[in-house]
Amino acid sequence: MNSIKRFVILTLTTTLGVASLNAMADKRIAAASNQTWKAECGSCHVAYPPSLLPADSWHVLMSGLDKHFGVDASVDAKTAAEIDSFLQRNAGRNRGTSAKPILRITETAWFRHEHDEVGASVWKNPKVKTASNCAACHTGAEQGNYSERGIRLPR
Amino acid sequence: MRTLRIFQTSAFILGASLTAFAAAETPADFLQQFEMAARQESASKQGFSAQRGETFFRTTHGREWSCSSCHTQNPSADGKHAKTEKRIAPLAPAANAERFTNPSKVEKWFKRNCNDVLGRACSAQEKGDVLTYLISLKK
Repeated sequence: MNSIKRFVILTLTTTLGVASLNAMADKRIAAASNQTWKAECGSCHVAYPPSLLPADSWHVLMSGLDKHFGVDASVDAKTAAEIDSFLQRNAGRNRGTSAKPILRITETAWFRHEHDEVGASVWKNPKVKTASNCAACHTGAEQGNYSERGIRLPR
Repeated sequence: MRTLRIFQTSAFILGASLTAFAAAETPADFLQQFEMAARQESASKQGFSAQRGETFFRTTHGREWSCSSCHTQNPSADGKHAKTEKRIAPLAPAANAERFTNPSKVEKWFKRNCNDVLGRACSAQEKGDVLTYLISLKK
């Protein structure tokens, strides 16, 4: 009787443990990505990770997609609402001191600090062309991987 | 009882295939829609022309960009975003079977890109000419 009880408890705890591990993994994936965000924000440029700008910056960007840095990037209202909510949930914290939200990731103090070792010749390389072209050096940018190991400066 | 079930099954199959038919559009379906819209826009509508579409595609219209600024002079090959350098999949249906099969995508991109290239919406005549040009291209 006792051994049966022990078996039941053991099975239960194992099942629960595996289930919660699965839940954790799902949450991690869901936190990093969203199909609509990836498809819509990733068609003209790399889908920039939501953590790179604070929530208010994303909100201002999302309310002006018809004039998105000189380009019409408008999406329908339902799509915009889904993307905005995903960005809000996964936004970075506000590191700036200015009252006006920064809209370009390349203008954040964080970006400047992370790229302060990158020489002028790299930025001027025609294969880079613009600082918004993450994938020129970050070979895993399309998959959301910006680790040091994935960096290859174009020649 | 059995007849009823057969009837239900065939009704279901018919319904499902009709839905599938309505959802899956082809470049020719869009051409037909533009044809109808162009006739409504102007009574003196001309037929669509691949040559006119090609000229429209390659020239600027009072602004910085033409269609070919991103889709290149060869829409059967990969394009590249003029600002960000991001790869754009080929636009010609012969080279990319996904093109002109999804109404909301077609509407979205014409709206945005016509706004960027012309500063206004494209007419049905212009869309029809460009699509006729794109369909005429080989892989």
